Amino acid sequence: MASITARPGELPGEFPEEGHVSYLNWSHTLRSWLLTVDHKRIAVLYLVSITFTFALGAVAIGLVRLELTQPNGLFLENDTYNKMFSMHGILMVFFFLVPSIPATLGNFLLPIMVGARDLAFPRLNLLSWYLYIIGALMAIGAMLFGGVDTGWTFYTPYSSIYSNTNVTVTILAVFLGGFSSIATGINFIVTTHKMRAPGLTWFRLPLFVWAMYATSIIMVLGTPVVAITLSLIVVERVLHIGIFDPALGGDPVLFQHMFWFYSHPAVYIMILPGMGVISELIACFSRKRIFGYSFVAFSSLAIAIIGFFVWGHHLFVTSQSMYAGMVFSILSFLVAIPSAIKVFNWTATIYKGRVWLASPMLYALGFIGLFLIGGLTGLFLATLGTDVHLHDTYFVIAHFHYVMVGGAIMAYLGGVHFWWPKITGRLYPEGWAKLAAGITFIGFNLTFFPQFVVGYLGNPRRYHIYPEEFQVWHILSSAGASVLAVGYTIPLIYLLWSLKYGERSGPNPWGAAGLEWTTDSPPISHNFHEQPVVTWEAYPYNPEVEEFEAQQDREAFQAYLGGIQPAVEEEAALDTQGPHASPAAQPHHAPPTDEDEDL
Amino acid sequence: MRHHEEEPTASPYVEHAHAHVVPLRVYVIAYIALLVLMGGTVLAYYKHPASTLASNVIALAIAVIKAVIVVLFFMQVRYSTRLTWVWAAIGFIWLIILFSTVTDYISRGWIPIKGWTP
Amino acid sequence: MSSEAAEVPRFRPREADEDLGVQYEDMEQQNESYIVGMWTFLVTEIMFFGALFLAYLTYRTLYPSVFMAAHYELDVKLGAINTVVLLTSSFSMAIAVWAAQTKNRAIEIGGLIFTMICACAFLVIKGFEWAAKFEHRLVPGPLYAWPPHGYAGPVVPGNETQMFFCLYFAMTGLHALHVIIGLLVMIVLLVLILKDSPLVRYYMPVEMTGLYWHFVDVVWIFLFPLYYLIPSH
Repeated sequence: MASITARPGELPGEFPEEGHVSYLNWSHTLRSWLLTVDHKRIAVLYLVSITFTFALGAVAIGLVRLELTQPNGLFLENDTYNKMFSMHGILMVFFFLVPSIPATLGNFLLPIMVGARDLAFPRLNLLSWYLYIIGALMAIGAMLFGGVDTGWTFYTPYSSIYSNTNVTVTILAVFLGGFSSIATGINFIVTTHKMRAPGLTWFRLPLFVWAMYATSIIMVLGTPVVAITLSLIVVERVLHIGIFDPALGGDPVLFQHMFWFYSHPAVYIMILPGMGVISELIACFSRKRIFGYSFVAFSSLAIAIIGFFVWGHHLFVTSQSMYAGMVFSILSFLVAIPSAIKVFNWTATIYKGRVWLASPMLYALGFIGLFLIGGLTGLFLATLGTDVHLHDTYFVIAHFHYVMVGGAIMAYLGGVHFWWPKITGRLYPEGWAKLAAGITFIGFNLTFFPQFVVGYLGNPRRYHIYPEEFQVWHILSSAGASVLAVGYTIPLIYLLWSLKYGERSGPNPWGAAGLEWTTDSPPISHNFHEQPVVTWEAYPYNPEVEEFEAQQDREAFQAYLGGIQPAVEEEAALDTQGPHASPAAQPHHAPPTDEDEDL
Repeated sequence: MRHHEEEPTASPYVEHAHAHVVPLRVYVIAYIALLVLMGGTVLAYYKHPASTLASNVIALAIAVIKAVIVVLFFMQVRYSTRLTWVWAAIGFIWLIILFSTVTDYISRGWIPIKGWTP
Repeated sequence: MSSEAAEVPRFRPREADEDLGVQYEDMEQQNESYIVGMWTFLVTEIMFFGALFLAYLTYRTLYPSVFMAAHYELDVKLGAINTVVLLTSSFSMAIAVWAAQTKNRAIEIGGLIFTMICACAFLVIKGFEWAAKFEHRLVPGPLYAWPPHGYAGPVVPGNETQMFFCLYFAMTGLHALHVIIGLLVMIVLLVLILKDSPLVRYYMPVEMTGLYWHFVDVVWIFLFPLYYLIPSH
């Protein structure tokens, strides 16, 4: 299959020679991998780990979907069924989606995008991976040797008093996973504040960095609450300290308040990084600066902040007061606004751009459509009256899978494809990638759209046995699941294939703009041969329309590239013959710094 | 860039380490203030002020002042960058947001529902 | 690879310092990064304890008379002594950090040791308080009994007083756990300082431990009035 060749607008760069030393091959020992503090290697470790947990979570739900083709059960006992969907939820939420983009793409790209040699706390980064691995292994062990049947939401008093399954071990595992994400969040926040390259002000950052920053804020502020909440279940099971025990005057709904105080912002942890990826993909494959950059940047922060005020919409049908319900309902409508702002801005970016339908772009376009459906159906659930009908039905399941799978996972796949040449130095077969994107899109819709219907018709969620009239929808959904499985397996195969047989990539096969595309593919251990000094605004693409400032940024970027690649010196010099071109033509002055900026 | 306080030092390494050295008397004054407040809060408890509300307010106010003293002076937020004190403030603000959960419990009886008492 | 072609502005050379991490440009950046990072971690700790404070706030709002009655079983004098002990330990810790910054090794060691003694004193006093609860059968679980022997306060439902003690043990237990962790970190620091380890030539580890310790003190500053000083009207 043909691989990517240079396109109009591709920025120059040196192809790696034989024997090029990068972060991947400077040492092959196990010790150098397991004791690495290089953020890029840790990103790769995470990439491999979360692929395993994803596969296990997928197997669990594969069994569930198989089981649900028959309304009266097929081969699973009731208890086993409960354990299967619980395993799916716990592994997918805590051990796949929460770390996915931040720990893989975020770890790899954030330091490079801000022009640093590494994150602020490299050893903390390694600790975060170890916490994740120990937590994941504990959780998988707990699932395989006895299982947990409380659902990933661990509602009391079932989880704290009545369940006889491995609740304690699983919660401790989730606790460790939570600390892993807190460590990542601390690292990202400090790196973004303190380690940006000279000239790289906040509003020159790629939107991916803004998204990572907003995600990190949520991780830091929300995760500790769920950590202690789940620990209280353990403490109740083991030490009889029953904070949620009704016999002692405790309120199980307090558990739900505390649990969802984190878990709602957690879903924004899962989607915001995806939105950051999409901004990068849309900009590159429309060859245009993102429309309304500051709106998109601030909307990431707005989602992070407002997302902390809406948790009560998970408690509409509990004894939560009606007043609280009304407040949470209106706030949940408000939180949709920043997301909508992003979608409008992405669409405006694509409009009159020079669109290149490469495989990452297909994932990005899929994201926009599916996220739109998922987000809008969330509004149905935010409405008090309709939620009474739809709560705990398949409608809710379809809603969150549209945003988390149709949204976050498609963004993750798009990002992995987009930055694959950077991470591995290899190109993957583009034809197969496009095919996989299409199969995934079709399989996804076939799996989850019927669930909207059957949920609206009244089929409750988490039920093993359901009324016969819903069977046809379940069969459609299960058929779609098998198509989706194919769609996910194909990239696994060709991406692994490309590691050995894929064509070697230059620094910038997509012709994208951004500091990461100026480094080698794969980068050297310290990312840059020399400290970058940034004098251009974000996304310095060749503008369709001759905009003066955009032209300046473009030329500043070209000059920077010319500065680091002497082989293409002449072209760079020729390129910068324009009126306000190279800094050499101007009186030499320092780039704008943010010394006066305390933040 | 803040200038560090001048302190008689044992070695020239203070410059190299760029430490913001807080003068000792600040710590001593803070400590004495904390002890005084401590005495005040225990005294208020034993002297039984007029109403429960007053007792609660006094005890919490004193606790908040003590915490502020520890945060500003012992934890040197007073002498740190703006980013540090923004983070310190965010922590406490977010705590207040978490506490707004109690408004659910307080408002449960406000809209009467037939046949149900909160 | 240098850039003779275009005159891209160069930044100032990296500070030469053995304590400077490879990812940083100068000590000021490193110091500020560590402080901001530590404060971000403390924000997570605030939210961690905060959730328990929320549970406390909820149940005290729901059962005010029960909490008031149950708090008679706590010893205000011991609680007050513990508070003074922790405040003093914060003071000595601040001195130790000052000494680390001014390279005054003797005072640094002295301050750390004094802080550790205070921490141990706190734990011992807390141990006495908890032992008293065990004796009076006020530990939540199957052995809980209300009212305890010699109780002379108002009559309240026994099962709800158990909630007070659930929260009491959960919060003071979590706090004590943090005190123990702080103590262990200080032991490690002390050993490193006594062995003249290069890891503590730089003052930042002591300063970060100090921040953690002051945070532990702040938590207790709030725990004390909330549990021991519940007004009795």
